[in-house]
Amino acid sequence: MDITRRRLLMLLPAAAVAWQYVQAGTPEASPNYKMTDHWWGMLIDIPKCIGCGSCVRACAEENDVPDDYYRTWIERYHVADWKIEKPEVESPNGGKQGFPPNPDVTGKNFFVPKLCNHCAESPCTQVCPVGATFVTPDGVVLVDKSYCLGCRYCVQACPYGCRFINPKTNTAEKCTLCYHRITKGLTTACCEVCPTGARQLADLKNPKDPIHEFLRTHTVQVLKPHMATGAKVFYNGMDGSVR
Amino acid sequence: MAIALIAFVALRAMVVPHSFGQYGHYRGAAIAEIAARPIAHAGHDACEACHTDVVDQKKLGRHIVVPCEACHGAQAKHADDPASVKPPKLDTAIVCARCHEANSAKPKAFPQVVTADHAQGIACDTCHQPHRPKIEDTPAAKPATEAKK
Repeated sequence: MDITRRRLLMLLPAAAVAWQYVQAGTPEASPNYKMTDHWWGMLIDIPKCIGCGSCVRACAEENDVPDDYYRTWIERYHVADWKIEKPEVESPNGGKQGFPPNPDVTGKNFFVPKLCNHCAESPCTQVCPVGATFVTPDGVVLVDKSYCLGCRYCVQACPYGCRFINPKTNTAEKCTLCYHRITKGLTTACCEVCPTGARQLADLKNPKDPIHEFLRTHTVQVLKPHMATGAKVFYNGMDGSVR
Repeated sequence: MAIALIAFVALRAMVVPHSFGQYGHYRGAAIAEIAARPIAHAGHDACEACHTDVVDQKKLGRHIVVPCEACHGAQAKHADDPASVKPPKLDTAIVCARCHEANSAKPKAFPQVVTADHAQGIACDTCHQPHRPKIEDTPAAKPATEAKK
């Protein structure tokens, strides 16, 4: 398309208004927070996780998660030496009250905390027919409860099983990365209570965030990288058997 | 045709929320609504601002890295109104065991005990001060079954 000077002059004001929206990006409740200055993710250091369930309990309390539903949960992996390709995975009550002693102490045993991966190219937002779920300008996948139809497309689309239908509201629900906290300068509830520092909120746009040094000096992975979802929950020390 | 177009535009203006499309194909106001939710966990900075004596105790032991609300639960209401909202007393038999009950999936270097053998029904805080758990003054009192620390 040829752009004449006249057309350009007409387009500029419209572009300026649009750019203002992008730059503003300020949730009303947090006047000092600028969305475009952040790009949120999380670091999970698997060798530090003790499976205490503090994160699961804190998430439930912080976000009024209904009983028997989980926005974050912990899985215990048991990888037998002779069955590496088929690990045994259990998560009683999402690991909310911790885990009973492991009956099989042979092989490899470890905990893996899970939550929404806040994918940059999230399949769940792409299938929503009404625009009720979306990726914010600061990289958090959220659900607009007042707009959600409860059609469950997103629940099926999430390759990580991170969504569910809230039985009280009949709308899709998931981890918000404690958006109401991070926009106030706090960390997420799960990171706040983690006694070993196995979970750490990461701001990938903040050059002072220790995540950058960590990512440079450690071999980290994301879950299901072959899905190309742009997952932003990074796992350190993750065994190849983790799905 | 023109009337149909005008009717469509008018109808669309009525049914599509004002902020739809502000940032993308969604209702922009939803972001502020989600951000406006009140917090439940005050954060350890809020706790430490008042409980400096506890911070001093924690500094002497390994629990300095353990955030207050990991054991005490969400305390934003207490932080907002310390006089009338008091945190419940904790049962150390439950709270301590959540982290320190032996489990082969836990990191080997993490202090773990089989509480049934280690404590034999005695409450943890009978011997251990929760904010500074290591028993330094009475090594003879330390049970033999305690795992390597």
